[in-house]
Amino acid sequence: MNNLLTRRKLITASAIGAGSLLSGCDSLSRSPAFQNILGSAENANFLVQRALGDRLELASEYSIKDLSPKFRANGTRDPGTADYTASAAQGFADWQLRLTGLFGKPQNFSLAALLSMPQRTQITRHDCVEGWSAIGQWTGVPLKLLLDLAQLQDKAKFLVFHCADRLGGRPYYESIDLLDAFHPQTIMAHRLNGEAVPIENGAPLRLRVERQLGYKHAKYVTGIEAVATLDNIGSGKGGYWEDVANYEWYAGI
Amino acid sequence: MTDTPERKALRHRLTTRLWHWINALCLLVLLMSGLTIFNAHPRLYWGEYGANGDYAWAAVGSSQTLGYVRLGETKVETTGFIGNWRDSEGEIQTWAFPGWATIPSYYSLADGRRWHFFFAWIFSIGLAFFMIRSLFNRHVQNDLHINRSEWRPSHILRDIKNHLRLRFHDDGGVNIYNILQKLSYIGVIFILLPLMIFTGLAMSPAMDANWPWLTDIFGGRQSARSVHFIGMFLLVLFFIVHMITLLLAGPFKQTWAMITGGERKESGHE
Ligand code: HEM
Repeated sequence: MNNLLTRRKLITASAIGAGSLLSGCDSLSRSPAFQNILGSAENANFLVQRALGDRLELASEYSIKDLSPKFRANGTRDPGTADYTASAAQGFADWQLRLTGLFGKPQNFSLAALLSMPQRTQITRHDCVEGWSAIGQWTGVPLKLLLDLAQLQDKAKFLVFHCADRLGGRPYYESIDLLDAFHPQTIMAHRLNGEAVPIENGAPLRLRVERQLGYKHAKYVTGIEAVATLDNIGSGKGGYWEDVANYEWYAGI
Repeated sequence: MTDTPERKALRHRLTTRLWHWINALCLLVLLMSGLTIFNAHPRLYWGEYGANGDYAWAAVGSSQTLGYVRLGETKVETTGFIGNWRDSEGEIQTWAFPGWATIPSYYSLADGRRWHFFFAWIFSIGLAFFMIRSLFNRHVQNDLHINRSEWRPSHILRDIKNHLRLRFHDDGGVNIYNILQKLSYIGVIFILLPLMIFTGLAMSPAMDANWPWLTDIFGGRQSARSVHFIGMFLLVLFFIVHMITLLLAGPFKQTWAMITGGERKESGHE
């Protein structure tokens, strides 16, 4: 074994390695093909996490003494449009939740109608993709009740949540599959910690889909569209952050 | 002296070598993409919840003029390195960890997470494979197992003294690792690395529904995040010590041995 040769090889190799690693990672990060390879971990996460539990396993619930002193808001803190501001001024009395798309009986629900339906209250932990968590008490209508009333069709595979807010000029939206849609903890929430949901947290209606990260929990929800595919919504990746910044559609981790 | 009828024994088996290098790559990518993720919220808490209004036991502070790290009540200024640093264009950036330490080098939480979870899979499968394989090929029992005589305080003391005198040696002919090496390798492979996987999973809201006990073991999601960070820090410390001992024991020969297998020696000293 020629020691000198190996030494030189080692040194050059490690120098090239260190230098190209950094710039290499950046160009790889920008390459769509490589993004797809990295993104394949999402499929693995999705399959394994769904396979590991009972598919209707509940997220942990807490007690009043566990509540965060302040429930942090993120993303849009006030949609600020003329319509929204006018609606807020009258306590969202005119707010409508429109169920459209693949329903046997598409229909609208007013806030008052939603409040008169059976409710679920849950104290859960909200985990943001950024890393922080907040515990809050949410009250709302189980989504399943709305889907049954509007007679969700068999062709439907996803629910798209349309929102009143825009980020960077694009409307915010999110989507979930039917397993999460019919999960007992999936509710259209209108109360946080015993009060009407504050504007910064998504007044008057926000989705709670407890086993996923915060960006899935659409705020200011105006409509629920049942679809067979997500291809024709937004840029086709199933959500605002998924479209603009490559966040994963499945946000279980 | 070493001549036996069989082929010369390798110092490191193929599985050990393969795993060593794949694992080294995974750890580097996990570290650097983890720092990108950390930059999204450079604060650490104990318990289930923790956000900007809550007390963080560790936090990075940043402004256009100053960067600092706060641990408990102690602030250490880190301007130029953490919380306030210049990028390759000379612009001041106020993300916690600097671009040269993160993947990607620009801030993108989504990309950092993609890198992290992709390599988390390779790392976890590799670690599981290596652990099982090392039990079956008796790498653990033969090379890492610490026997009675090695546990004797006098033996440990002698080994510590030798290390302090910067004398690194294989322990006679039978062992390829000495006791301190064995202890640190066992600690890293069987405790620290699995801990990274479990604290990582404990932060997942879906896993929390599947396996609530996992998050509970660590005392809540934010505690798991803190332990994940501390584990990362301990791995970096291990790496530094690993590099120092490597330098002192003969970097080229040792690295070459980890690539080609090297050979098992009979005599003690380098
Ligand atoms: C062993 C090498 C690893 C290193 C050095 C590492 C490092 C890091 C760092 C520095 C962070 C930033 C936040 C924090 O410190 O808690 C992070 C975040 C994270 N890591 Fe790892 N990690 C490793 C392995 C893993 C594995 C195997 C998994 C998957 C099971 C994982 C899952 C996560 C998750 C989910 C986050 C996001 C936490 C958040 O939202 O802030 N990590 N990692």
